[in-house]
Amino acid sequence: MQYLDNYLQSKGGYDYTNVKRNELMKAQGFKEMGFTKTGTTIVGVIFDGGVVMAADTRATAGSIVADKNCEKLHTLAPNIWAAGAGTAADLHHQCAHFNAKLKLQRLNLNRQSRVNEVITKLTTKLFPYRGHIGVALIIGGIDCNGPQLASVSPHGNYVYHPFQSMGSGSLAALGILEAKYQDGLTKQQAIDLAIEAIEAGIFHDMGSGSNVDVVAITKDGVDYKRNIRSYNAKSHQKQIPYDFPINNTPALRKYQFDIEKQELSEIGQEMEIIE
Amino acid sequence: MSGIFEYNGGSIVGMKGKNCIAVACDRRFGQQMSTITTNYQKVFKIQDNILLALSGLNTDIHTFYALMEKEINLYNLKENRKMKPTTFANLVASALYERRFGPFFVTPIVAGLENGKPILATYDSIGCKSDLDDFQVGGTGGNYIYGACEAFFKPDMSPEELEEVIGQSLVSGCDRDALSGWGGVVYVLTEQKITVKILKTKQT
Repeated sequence: MQYLDNYLQSKGGYDYTNVKRNELMKAQGFKEMGFTKTGTTIVGVIFDGGVVMAADTRATAGSIVADKNCEKLHTLAPNIWAAGAGTAADLHHQCAHFNAKLKLQRLNLNRQSRVNEVITKLTTKLFPYRGHIGVALIIGGIDCNGPQLASVSPHGNYVYHPFQSMGSGSLAALGILEAKYQDGLTKQQAIDLAIEAIEAGIFHDMGSGSNVDVVAITKDGVDYKRNIRSYNAKSHQKQIPYDFPINNTPALRKYQFDIEKQELSEIGQEMEIIE
Repeated sequence: MSGIFEYNGGSIVGMKGKNCIAVACDRRFGQQMSTITTNYQKVFKIQDNILLALSGLNTDIHTFYALMEKEINLYNLKENRKMKPTTFANLVASALYERRFGPFFVTPIVAGLENGKPILATYDSIGCKSDLDDFQVGGTGGNYIYGACEAFFKPDMSPEELEEVIGQSLVSGCDRDALSGWGGVVYVLTEQKITVKILKTKQT
């Protein structure tokens, strides 16, 4: 009955009812499965009049590529985007949550969201969880204070800098950025620089790969280019595709549920049924 | 002891076709190296156009399915209409993320048809939704099934061809996994009907 009480009391936020059971299992020696992480290379670059952010598109679960083309650039507000590295589930849900929170705030106050608001809200949320919410974000946007770029670490630390990179490929990307960044870039120069930095991450880091996504944010609007570069297209096509003959896989039984009539019937006289 | 996800074993796979979608699962229910039964249900019908396939720890498969059934029944009663597959896919992600620090040990696959368009989503155990690819896998034999899917899959298959391809991918993958197999079931969902085929594999 206590389990029903727990369900009824669920008022939103995190649900900790399984924690005791899971701790017990871990004490007995079971190992947990890893979560999907975004190995990732993400970069942000400030240019004259806006911000450019770029990311790769690979999501890994251990050493398997879980998603070959995932989206790592999230909208937080029409003028503020976030690029995320870390635990994929945390990134997706926290960004969706902040998107909604900021929208409600804009509806209430009738003012454009600001980058420093986002940073404050994020860091005050992340710090109490002591890094267990695994989101490492680069936040970039343009507001009344001009173009701004900051990075937020999972423990709640933030840094403002004209160029940033995060993720497992961040060192590779940082090499390109440190060498080639200058103040007063044009939009196209900044996009090219960001793409080059991601490329370095894709080729030199095993946790990053597939394609490059880019978003450029200016006062005039947002320019989102999904898969602007693609490095992982299938290099060969099957010459003769596998064509399985229909009804060839042997079956024990076959049923059909007709949706309109809501009837379940057994079928399969036309194929070999093995008793 | 091995991992929590390897305790019961089992594999699932989902594949998109042309205006149709298929999921398949194996039938083994084991406790580490022993097999308890060979007719365990891992794919559940949430609605006429939504199927939920679950792999992982079997007790959590049961609990999570019960939780999802509760959600959809309450939704139907409150809103007096059916739930869209994309809405259900988001609901599964939120339900998993709600237990971020005490997760259910399941990796679900949601398969549905929305206005004739196939919807396929898979999740890790804390709700990271992945819905871009044309096929998704889950369970202990998942990585082996990935290989078979990459080779056999073609875009825009008819329901009959899809049934063959997903069945062959499942069986090929499960043959290489000690903790999956002992039969297979293929569910193909189209606008008009759901066909269920119980495959004959080794040791059935």
